[in-house]
Amino acid sequence: MAGQAAVLDATAASAAPGRARPIHPLIVRLTHWLNAAAVVVMILSGWQIHNAYPILPFRFPDGVTLGGWLGGALLWHFAAMWLLMANGLVIFAYGIASGRYRRKLLPITPRAVIADAFAALRGELSHARLDDYNAVQKLLYLGVLCLLLVIVASGFAIWKPVQFAWLTSLFGGFQGARIVHFLAMAGIAGFIVIHVVMALLVPRSLVAMLRGR
Amino acid sequence: MTRLFAPPRVLSRSDQRAFVKEALRRLDNPARRRFLKGAASVGAFALLSGCDITDGISAEGALRAMSDFNDRVQAALFDPVKLAEEFPESAVTRPFPFNAFYPREEAPAVDPADYALEVSGLVERKDGWTLDKLYALPQVSQITRHVCIEGWTAIGKWSGVRFADFLKLIGADLSARYVGFTCADGYATSIDMPTALHPQTQLTFRFMDEVLPRIYGFPMKLRMPTKLGYKNPKHITEIFVTNDYPGGYWETYGYNWFSGL
Repeated sequence: MAGQAAVLDATAASAAPGRARPIHPLIVRLTHWLNAAAVVVMILSGWQIHNAYPILPFRFPDGVTLGGWLGGALLWHFAAMWLLMANGLVIFAYGIASGRYRRKLLPITPRAVIADAFAALRGELSHARLDDYNAVQKLLYLGVLCLLLVIVASGFAIWKPVQFAWLTSLFGGFQGARIVHFLAMAGIAGFIVIHVVMALLVPRSLVAMLRGR
Repeated sequence: MTRLFAPPRVLSRSDQRAFVKEALRRLDNPARRRFLKGAASVGAFALLSGCDITDGISAEGALRAMSDFNDRVQAALFDPVKLAEEFPESAVTRPFPFNAFYPREEAPAVDPADYALEVSGLVERKDGWTLDKLYALPQVSQITRHVCIEGWTAIGKWSGVRFADFLKLIGADLSARYVGFTCADGYATSIDMPTALHPQTQLTFRFMDEVLPRIYGFPMKLRMPTKLGYKNPKHITEIFVTNDYPGGYWETYGYNWFSGL
């Protein structure tokens, strides 16, 4: 019986080309890890930059920051931003053009999000299929994509408040843009915590992001 | 853990002069990229692994190259006719913050009687400028926002001569790449010619309708609302026009040179 099932599986795999495709194509895995590196550098150097003149009344411990001092942190920040943006453009273009975002992240309804959130809290949410996101996952991925757009836009508003004055005023001025930039960072950092915990709880998902399946 | 570019300590005046002189000498050197070698030994790896790889890969070269790339991107983004926002007098920040690499008491006291601004480099008329001659030039005012690299901002009112007018008066080569500044407090910086010619770039003699106070840069500063605060030199003693990259005080430590807003 077991042998027969294996034969059937193998037949199905070779007969249906869709099954042979990896869960995460190479471009998704590559851009995922480049993005992860860029985001970590941006956040840790950003904490050091924040410490020079905190926009919210606290400082990050120096031990968790990158750059050593303001000038070093700015060098890291303004280097990694090109990686973040170039990599982001590639994967946004791919995600939209290939239909991957539409397939993976839509449709999403508030009702489904609430139902899946409760199911998740009761520990009843299945991760049997890595290529099929539940509504909470869809919400988190869509949310972090939006936050990445907001953090890049507010970053430009802080970097070029004269050349892109319209963008800076959109965020309520220079200090407003700093606050938005900070809050978007906090949202992304929160996402990373959940994302990493979930990946460790379902190690197969981590393997899939490395090997493709 | 190795720090990326140690922040400077407060030095005595003579130490500052010696330091800046040495720094600028090194900047002139083709090997200036090595000035900070070792200071940037892969902060990220040291940070993540908790160990120090001083003999390992140095990230400094790559970071410096990216900063040079960012200079070029910013030069391309710079719109020579785009004006920085101007404000009503009621928006002025009081008191206006003092900021320098030394405490307020150490701001230099320049004697106006024997002061003369030197102009040099690619200019036709190199005679010095007394304050009376400078004050006699047509003056303009601006109320603009000063943006510090640290993240704070302050609005002030500055008056003086439009820098583009001054450059034309001295017969500067307007196709040269850089304008450099030497200052009485041992500071130095340099800017690109398009920013030097921007309509809001001002050789400033007055602050809040009074003679520029000592702590804000007497006898003159260069005011540019299109660049970060530290690019606005105070206590200027010499202005030079050149095609050789002159660098600057904070730029030597790793602050980005163009730093346009």
